[in-house]
Amino acid sequence: MKKVGNHNSISRKILFCLALMLTFSFTSFSQATPPAAATTTAAAPATAAPAAATGGDAVAGKALFNSNCAACHKLDAKSTGPALRGVKEKHDMAWIYNWVHNSTAVIKSGDAKAVALFAEYKSTMTAFPQLSTTDIDNIIAYTSEPKPEVAKTGTGSALPPGAEGSNAGGISNNFILGALALVMLMLVIMLFFVNNVLTKVARQNGIEVEAKEARTPIWKAFAQNQFLVLVTSIFLLLASGYFVYSWMMQVGIDQDYQPIQPIHYSHRIHAGSNGIDCKYCHSAARVSKNAGIPSLNVCMNCHKNISEVSDTTATPEHSKAFYDAQIQKLYDAVGWDKAAQKYTGKTSPVKWVRIHNLPDFAYFNHSQHVTVAGIECQKCHGPVETYEIQKQFAPLTMGWCVKCHRETDVKMEGNKYYDKIHAELSKRYGVDKLTAAQMGGLECGKCHY
Amino acid sequence: MSSNKKYWKSVEELNENSSIVETLRNNEFVEEIPTTDFLSDKESLSSSSTTRRDFLKYVGFSTAAATLAACEGPVHKSIPYVLQPEQVIPGVADYYATSMFDGFDFANLLVKTREGRPIKIENNTIAGAKFAANARVHASVLSLYDSMRLKITKIAGKNASWQEADLKIKAGLAEAKAKGGQVVLLTNTLASPSTEKLIAEFIAKNPTAKHVIYDAVSESAALDAFEAAYGERALVDYDFSKANVIVSVGADFLGDWQGGSYDSGYAKGRIPQAGKMSKHFQFEANMTLSGAAADKRVPMTVANQKKALVGIYNVIVGGAADAGDAEVTKAAKQLAAAGSKGVLVSGIQDKNAQLLVLAINQKLASEAFSTSGTRQIRKGSNEKVAQLIADMNAGSVHTLIMSGVNPVYTLADSKGFVNGLKKVKVSAAFSLREDETASITNIAIPAPHYLESWNDLMLTKGTYSLTQPTIRPLFSSKQFQEGLLSFNGNSADYYDYLKANAANYTNGASWNQTVHDGVAVGASSGAAGGSANFAAAAAALAASAPAKGFELVLYTKTGLGDGQQANNPWLQEFPDPITRVSWDNYVTVSQADAKSLGLENEIVANGGLDGSYATLTVNGVKLDVPVIVQPGQAKGTLGMALGYGKKASLKEEMQVGVNAYAFYAGFNNVQSASIAKASGNHEFACVQGQKTLMGRGDIIKETTLEIFNTKEAGEWNEVPMVSLDHKEVEATKVDLWESFDRSVGHHFNLSIDLNACTGCGACVIACHAENNVPVVGKAEVRRSRDMHWLRIDRYYSSEATFAEDNEKKEGFEGLFGKKGSLGGFGDMENAADNPQVSFQPVMCQHCNHAPCETVCPVAATSHGRQGQNHMAYNRCVGTRYCANNCPYKVRRFNWFLYNGNDEFDFHMNDDLGRMVINPDVNVRSRGVMEKCSMCIQMTQLTILTAKREGREVANDEFHTACSAACSSGAMKFGDVNNKESEVAKLAEDKRMYHLLESVGTKPNVFYHVKVRNT
Repeated sequence: MKKVGNHNSISRKILFCLALMLTFSFTSFSQATPPAAATTTAAAPATAAPAAATGGDAVAGKALFNSNCAACHKLDAKSTGPALRGVKEKHDMAWIYNWVHNSTAVIKSGDAKAVALFAEYKSTMTAFPQLSTTDIDNIIAYTSEPKPEVAKTGTGSALPPGAEGSNAGGISNNFILGALALVMLMLVIMLFFVNNVLTKVARQNGIEVEAKEARTPIWKAFAQNQFLVLVTSIFLLLASGYFVYSWMMQVGIDQDYQPIQPIHYSHRIHAGSNGIDCKYCHSAARVSKNAGIPSLNVCMNCHKNISEVSDTTATPEHSKAFYDAQIQKLYDAVGWDKAAQKYTGKTSPVKWVRIHNLPDFAYFNHSQHVTVAGIECQKCHGPVETYEIQKQFAPLTMGWCVKCHRETDVKMEGNKYYDKIHAELSKRYGVDKLTAAQMGGLECGKCHY
Repeated sequence: MSSNKKYWKSVEELNENSSIVETLRNNEFVEEIPTTDFLSDKESLSSSSTTRRDFLKYVGFSTAAATLAACEGPVHKSIPYVLQPEQVIPGVADYYATSMFDGFDFANLLVKTREGRPIKIENNTIAGAKFAANARVHASVLSLYDSMRLKITKIAGKNASWQEADLKIKAGLAEAKAKGGQVVLLTNTLASPSTEKLIAEFIAKNPTAKHVIYDAVSESAALDAFEAAYGERALVDYDFSKANVIVSVGADFLGDWQGGSYDSGYAKGRIPQAGKMSKHFQFEANMTLSGAAADKRVPMTVANQKKALVGIYNVIVGGAADAGDAEVTKAAKQLAAAGSKGVLVSGIQDKNAQLLVLAINQKLASEAFSTSGTRQIRKGSNEKVAQLIADMNAGSVHTLIMSGVNPVYTLADSKGFVNGLKKVKVSAAFSLREDETASITNIAIPAPHYLESWNDLMLTKGTYSLTQPTIRPLFSSKQFQEGLLSFNGNSADYYDYLKANAANYTNGASWNQTVHDGVAVGASSGAAGGSANFAAAAAALAASAPAKGFELVLYTKTGLGDGQQANNPWLQEFPDPITRVSWDNYVTVSQADAKSLGLENEIVANGGLDGSYATLTVNGVKLDVPVIVQPGQAKGTLGMALGYGKKASLKEEMQVGVNAYAFYAGFNNVQSASIAKASGNHEFACVQGQKTLMGRGDIIKETTLEIFNTKEAGEWNEVPMVSLDHKEVEATKVDLWESFDRSVGHHFNLSIDLNACTGCGACVIACHAENNVPVVGKAEVRRSRDMHWLRIDRYYSSEATFAEDNEKKEGFEGLFGKKGSLGGFGDMENAADNPQVSFQPVMCQHCNHAPCETVCPVAATSHGRQGQNHMAYNRCVGTRYCANNCPYKVRRFNWFLYNGNDEFDFHMNDDLGRMVINPDVNVRSRGVMEKCSMCIQMTQLTILTAKREGREVANDEFHTACSAACSSGAMKFGDVNNKESEVAKLAEDKRMYHLLESVGTKPNVFYHVKVRNT
């Protein structure tokens, strides 16, 4: 007798269930990965403490150096002034004291070394009469420390333990899940064989497997039940309508748009670690409709002196060399010769990829929101200070704008413009606080013209 | 009383039997849509190569392709400055004070720049800035971004560098010096002290050199007359605000007469205050802006104008009792009675006539006439130019250096000049474009636009204006002054030279302050003398022979002026204020002459205006010119505008019209002409005439000063009545709708005073610049698809005076008279030879109960609490219901994509031209409706600035582009909720009325009844 596939077969059911379970387990797993990866970025910076100091005063010297000298001098590189490591070997201490206290006088005195320095750097050093000789000794002690050995790379020893753990966790999770899937598969195969064997045994033993009465196949039954068909088709239509609509509504919405930029600029380092105010660079946000991408001369306010990142800035994803290469890109664009410490005049503007693309027919003014309303940048741009790569945080849809205009009270205190309007409007609406919507912030023409 | 006059807009309308006008009146859409024709024609359907199935396939495929393509967003690049200039903040406009000069137009300006590009011209309102921007000056910012400009120095037609040209010219100068050949600098009027100093230095270095000043449109007669009497080659700067009686004999002083810019002074006296306003007599041949504004306009041939002038001279100076003509006598007597409060001006290009003007004003001791602070903006000498051409042809000119002139195009004796030029060894032209002249000189040097240059100007004696660049030169141009410096062997650049020289004129103000203000006012003394043989002049003028045949009176149009900016699409599409025709010049003929010559204008089935061609013959020069029948044109005269018919370095679309300079023989704007009908019809692009008044006569309300002073406001500013519950009530009191409460916050209103509006059109161009209004081209304008957000309607009315109109109306026989139920209204439709003219700027009225808003199926147009009617372009689906339901017909539909479309090859289709676009205003796409937004981007910015600075908005801080551009003060914009503001006071004025009050739309734009001092 020819064996007909039986849809009631237990083995099939089991197989189907298994397949289903596996599918779901994989999807849920794949969804769970991004947060796990995200945690890696929150790594605590490892403190690559320098090797043993040469003297007790070097620590104090470091503090003094950072507060007084670091604006113009670096230990190992030429900046506005010369590199200071090993400066002790070049000059005697008395000369150094005089120089620090009043370099102009030293140059005027005709000292050969001083004149040579002046000729090279074309500017005199600010006088520091407030620094005592001890202070200077401390600084010199700091500058005399040997250059720390570059931390050995490759082994990942510099990585913070947290990052390593979570990374390892990710791998082992994958492994365990894979193993489980394998076990399941084996079980399925085994079940299949067991079923086969049992059937064969039964046949050999002459046990007649009860032939089941042929019933109407389920799909036929389903097709015959008109009510069910109707309900199902309505359900399917609604469901597909829902999905099509949802899909259509995301067309043109670029939330989480995170393009690769010509220079890997990390807001995490600038706004996060260094706590630079957003409006220091995006100064136009205060007065203009555009927040403005800072021009490169703004970058050079700091980067004239910061030509490389500190060792602690590097992360598992991006090494120090990588970040330094980004700064070099800036120098290339702005035409800054790091070695000669001067502008070459050869510039090549940076072509950033624009992230927030508000359509032309929507007018948005940053100064209205930043200066007048006093809204934090983060409200619309998200926790920028944690972003390694900038992305679009908000959907920038009209619904999103309107929602906020409905909910947000207008900041009127201390702004004379609002005094009269507030008094009259709050009387009319019988409220103390007025939302942007109540002020007319939902009118079409306020944003579309 | 408010008049019940019949207004009409085109001559065609007056033809009672015109079926077309009837059709237009009853049917707004003139062309039937041929759907049924097409679908019922089986043959054409079956012979169509595209089957239904194919069609569906194409539709399906293109839809799918478009959908897929739409899913991927484009990647935008954003490129910041490498070194951001300190003053430039992206997104914030900067304003620079500067001054315009091009030899024809001069103005003190503020230039609005965004991210380093000038995008709009504004008036400089600082004290001492006398010259307000007219339509051409407003449009000049677009001429900066003209892609047809000369971009590189050319020697014999080949690209070269400035250095090569410099060497060549210097060699030419050296050779001229050695051989004793003449060196001539041929320039337009410079009015620039520093340039004049440079030229003096140049002449000192080159003893054979001379400077010839050539104005394309000459004012030589007035200059000669003033020079004869006062010893200074200059023009009087009249102050019309000080005159109670103004008599103009052929002077279009509201147009381009003697440099123009008299609107604001004139308009001050035209607004009735304490029952008084100035009285203006105009005797003229062509219908001009001044004639349109006049209280009493008498059409007159130029020959008769000369007689009239002599007559007035005899009355005022000679004490005669009669000036020959009744109207002239009336004017002369009133002028005499006004004494020092009267002024007479004349545009007759005749030295004797201009001498009489001086004599009459001297005798009157006119306050409006002052010989101190004279105008320096016309200096050209007809004789010297004629001499130059003779010298050139005689071969005595060795080197010719030109700047800002295009004599090959603008000279009537163009051939003579071209022939002469061939005999000149070295010829060079500093020119903005490779025009007719620059293309045939040895050397063509690209001159910078005024927005790219440093310069100084002495527009009137004693006021020193500076021109500063607002953008880096777009091309490798060289300024004429820089060239002179080089020829003089001076290594300084012009900026330093100018700065050093400026101290002589700034009257103690620092350089920086002068650059900041744009103007420094110094002292100026009146010219001494003032005597000439006036009696002999009068006798000579009286004896002058009249023209034979027709008098052709050449004039300049408000749009194109002398034609320098012919490649400017804004100006080409700007409809002439009087004829409402854009993209053309034509010959204007009086109705009587047209009838006898068989010349016709007719409105054809699609609503466009057609005109016959006529052959004009002047001094043997024959040209075929289209005809416009012009009501008010003096019988026996013809009018024609200069500045058209240019071909060189113009886009094809701009090569329109006929060059009337060919008729401008001897720099005389009046020529004897003969005219005959020619074959063929010309298609005009006329924006008025294709829309009839639809029987709504109360759009314009006007009255006379007498009635205004003696009667109640209700009589001359009638509020229409409607029936409510079977009772007659004022239409303004009835309301179908619940109104917003607008008492809180701002409520914007725009006030337009019909008395002050001269129809100059500055607002129209300012609106274009501010709101990125597209240019659609001649063919589309003809189809009534012009996009002007602001139009200035021009209405003619039948009778010369109100009395005649009223008499006629009172004399009606009633319903059962001989003339049937319409009484005598048919008679009132007869065109008067001399109609009165009213201008009415119309833009979106921003109705509080807007009919457009209720019919929009997608709520794309809605109302704001501040009174503005908003238009959300992105929401509009283009049903055009709103336009159909708008009683004011101010909505404009984008029939096509007007930007980046080769079919509309205007400024929005090239990268350079697009730089003029205002980034704060959307550029609309195909298929959406657009209209005046009451410059919401400007009001919002004013509010935001106040908020940011934490203060209330100042009283008259709000502006729209049109109100800011209006130098006559006709348009005032502001917040009526601020009772201190000017507009709030104007809204309470008894002359205030709304357009079509009976409709009940409650507009936020209101008008002031026109009062005529008849």
